[in-house]
Amino acid sequence: MTDPNLRDIWVYLSASPLMGLTITMVAYALAYRLYQRADSNPFTNPVVTSVAMLIGVLLLTGTSYDDYFEGGQFVHFLLGPATVALAVPLYQQFSRLRQLWLPVSISLVCGVVIAAGSSIGLAWLLGGSTEIQMSLAPKSATAPVAMGISEKIGGLPSLTAVLVVITGITGAVLGTKLFEWLRIKDDTAKGIAMGVAAHGIGTARAFQVSSQMGAFSGLAMALSAFATALIVPWLVDWLQALV
Amino acid sequence: MAFIHGITMLLVYQLVGEVTVRLADVPIPGPVLGMVMLFATLWIRGQAPDSLEQASSALLAHLSLLFVPAGVGMMAHFDRIAEEWLPITLALLLSTIITMVATALIMQFTTRWLVRPSGPEKSHDD
Repeated sequence: MTDPNLRDIWVYLSASPLMGLTITMVAYALAYRLYQRADSNPFTNPVVTSVAMLIGVLLLTGTSYDDYFEGGQFVHFLLGPATVALAVPLYQQFSRLRQLWLPVSISLVCGVVIAAGSSIGLAWLLGGSTEIQMSLAPKSATAPVAMGISEKIGGLPSLTAVLVVITGITGAVLGTKLFEWLRIKDDTAKGIAMGVAAHGIGTARAFQVSSQMGAFSGLAMALSAFATALIVPWLVDWLQALV
Repeated sequence: MAFIHGITMLLVYQLVGEVTVRLADVPIPGPVLGMVMLFATLWIRGQAPDSLEQASSALLAHLSLLFVPAGVGMMAHFDRIAEEWLPITLALLLSTIITMVATALIMQFTTRWLVRPSGPEKSHDD
């Protein structure tokens, strides 16, 4: 970049949201193509590959996360309307849901307690600091909810956001294999488990398997956001009183 | 134009949700409350308008894309993750597997025990 004009352009671009937004879309388009080529193999989950590509590009060009997020925020913002949009598939599955409200409620409460309890317990057993335990506790809830809870119970909200994404990816990658291995064939059970354990990223994966699994996963994700917000701070108090 | 109407409706519900959460000081995020309100509306109306179906399926078809910017945030936490990588990775991985397996089994078990297999949509008996 000896040409002063090129340097000017680079200085302009690296400070403009256009850059972050464009590389996000390009990386995702490439990652999605790879995922399709690999026959929707969960190990090529488009979130994993696009995040890896983007981190690579940012490190190579010496761009900070904050500069990237200037553009990335536009995509990130859509998580809000997408959460609201979950009402539609949920409504379409309403008759099935009405039939299953009792098992759904039981599985949901158990799932939320197991998600938070096991992550706190395991991190504690493995010698993780209290801050890490508290950042992990709400990891199965969708990002905006998890960050709020993390702050409330003494975790690091921005670290929680990252752990939430890794949790979602883990669930999306391993979920279908685990269900196959356990011989769970019912799409409602698979969907509920996916949504409780792996929130939106799991739900995205569930929609690729079937629309019923997707709708139930979306339902579980939405309801477990409520349940996590209500149960986890109380569970943490109770666990701390115990130790 | 239909798509614009649909997306506008989603934004309006999110906005109402955000405002309500702040006014009432409820510990849930605005979009989640917006979703509940939209669901209630659809239930009362008895149908989902086409515009809303278009907008929501467009957004949900690529839900994974929306998590990418937060995922890239990992690079801002490399140091912290490197410091406590063992408890973080193991706790996260095992806890996610345990939660997924336990929830699926509980759902399968309670469905079989609590829901009478009636009607065309009965659960699998495998």
